[in-house]
Amino acid sequence: MDFVLVILASGVATGTVLLYATVGEIFSERSGVLNLGVEGMMLVGAMTAYKVTAATSDPWLGLLAAMLAAGAVSQVHAFIAITLQADQVVSGLALNFLATGLSLVLGEGLTSLRDVVPTLPSFTISLLSQIPWLGRILFTKQSVMVYVGYIFIPLAWYYINRTRPGMHLRSVGEYPAAADSLGISVFSLRYFYVFVGGMMAGLAGATISLSISPGWFAALTTAGQGWIAVGLVIFAQWNPARAAVGAYTFGALRRLVLDIQGPTTLLGFANPFFYNPYYGFFLKMLPYAFTVVVLVIGSREANRKRIGTPAALGLPYIRGQRGL
Amino acid sequence: MTQADSTKPIMGFKLPFKMKVEPRVVDPPRWYSPMLSVIAVVVALMIGALVIWLGGGEPWKVYAHIARSSFGSVGVLSDTMVKAIPLMLVGLACSFAFRMRLWNIGAEGQFFLGAFGASMIVLLPVLPEEAPKWQFIIVMALSGMLFGALWGFVPGFLKAKFNVNEIISTLMMNYIAVEWNNFFIYAVWTEGGFQMSRMFQRNAWLPRLSDFAEAIPVFRGLTTHMGLLFAIVAAIILWLVLSKSQWGYEIRLIGDNPRAAEYAGISISKNVILVMLVSGALAGLAGMSEIAGVVHRLQGAISPGYGYTGIIIAWLAKLNPLAVILVSILFGALILAGREVQPSGVPTLIQGVIMVSLIAIDFFLRNRIRITRRVEE
Repeated sequence: MDFVLVILASGVATGTVLLYATVGEIFSERSGVLNLGVEGMMLVGAMTAYKVTAATSDPWLGLLAAMLAAGAVSQVHAFIAITLQADQVVSGLALNFLATGLSLVLGEGLTSLRDVVPTLPSFTISLLSQIPWLGRILFTKQSVMVYVGYIFIPLAWYYINRTRPGMHLRSVGEYPAAADSLGISVFSLRYFYVFVGGMMAGLAGATISLSISPGWFAALTTAGQGWIAVGLVIFAQWNPARAAVGAYTFGALRRLVLDIQGPTTLLGFANPFFYNPYYGFFLKMLPYAFTVVVLVIGSREANRKRIGTPAALGLPYIRGQRGL
Repeated sequence: MTQADSTKPIMGFKLPFKMKVEPRVVDPPRWYSPMLSVIAVVVALMIGALVIWLGGGEPWKVYAHIARSSFGSVGVLSDTMVKAIPLMLVGLACSFAFRMRLWNIGAEGQFFLGAFGASMIVLLPVLPEEAPKWQFIIVMALSGMLFGALWGFVPGFLKAKFNVNEIISTLMMNYIAVEWNNFFIYAVWTEGGFQMSRMFQRNAWLPRLSDFAEAIPVFRGLTTHMGLLFAIVAAIILWLVLSKSQWGYEIRLIGDNPRAAEYAGISISKNVILVMLVSGALAGLAGMSEIAGVVHRLQGAISPGYGYTGIIIAWLAKLNPLAVILVSILFGALILAGREVQPSGVPTLIQGVIMVSLIAIDFFLRNRIRITRRVEE
């Protein structure tokens, strides 16, 4: 049982990274802008966080810098997709190359700084950690970023669904022409939410390099998590609460894949992954294969219920033109 | 595009002329698009220089080094071609799928599976060790294409059947492909515990120019291999299919206007699967030609991201199969020379900047800017 609790606890920590990236992308897509550059922006965030923290010994400053840097990078996509009205898929891919290259160039030599750079604090919330099971999983020796995530989920949900700015955000993504006629600035709101998405991706990257698995390992730092986040948005049907479910499940799966090779017995049987570590390669496929499965589930459900996708997602808004 | 109208004073200044952006009604002349692409690449190189300089490097030296070590002599030119061959094939794979606006980002994984399929023929072995070279070439190429196509089929099927976003599914297949190959490299075909298979016997190698050095002495030491022929033939076939055949017309119609295609009775889901199969097969052939022509064994590090570079190549070539060949040579140079450039992320960065400026400059293809003198009010 202890083994399961440990995996779930570290799964929540790992899933926090996906949570931030996914919810950030939800903000961007809800405003109508598909940004495929999440992976690259996360790398920029992880690199900036690590580099700034290495220089200043202040992880909080690193975190802030990561958010600003990734937000700034996201504006390249915003400009091309919103102002120049280019194809958002291609632009997002381009941003990905750009951001990845940028982080590799500026991150040169950071790998050797491992264990020198301070990380974000972890702590136990004494009262809540007394709750049976859940206390051990959610509130014991977790990173501060994990706790921030717990607060962030309901806030994001409330903001999008129950506040006036949230309604503006949705209207811009669903029917920009109508929003425009009501005096809501489609262009500046879209710029703003792409920036928010970028900052969240930067936060996700910083959470990796300063807390969950500290260090800078070039492109392996994120290892495709940005793409998984883009997939989770579809599964989440653009809803932060569902995104949280998906993110934590994936986090647990990622940890399970790593930790299941440890014990000698599993459920009373000899552990095949311990005695033949090569099977581990198939385990490592699981998070990616599971993403595809989740996409199938999400797409089928969306088809059946006819809900989810913001109607103007991926379409540039051109004033005075008919249609969305 | 009223927001680009500069009749309003900007920060208190009034420009002495009016600048107005309006959509093009008439197509621009034919030379216009290539010219914009060249400008985009030049701008990209300038931005790249700036970043290298900011990162503490010397941009001029880096670029001079890239040019010298990729086009400086016949020998390095041949090495450039060796790097360009897989790029040509994955570039073709991407441009074919992109023409239908089908975003196959999975050429990297299809490349890996192509390499696996080709290696399998030698390592299982499917063919006896002493089989003649032509048999090896044909069977390895077919097997590589088959496995690449299989890897392309999965996302294609999911897209056609369940409307699963192919961008993410093809990308996930890339990560799965790496682990798939790793299992065989580490566990099944490992040579003495090293993370690579044994070296293939010589009759499973693609012929290289240097093999003909006895007859043509100039070819001595040149490593350009038969994959170049594969790529050129594939490019010509793709060009014919896309521009001359009915199937090509269907693909282009779906890409330009899927609704019209549907009204015309063209099955989109059938074409999604077919195009993914062909695209995957081409990327698989790239993997096969790299394994049989260059590496001569199955190992982990067989691609410096060829599959991803193929995306940019397809875009720079405007999805034209014949242009893919030329553009690939430029990127082959970048990858060849980029191996020694410090910091090591520079080639990726330059590729990214090129792609960004390419898309940005397309704006001028779709719109034109009219500058008129301001009439004093």
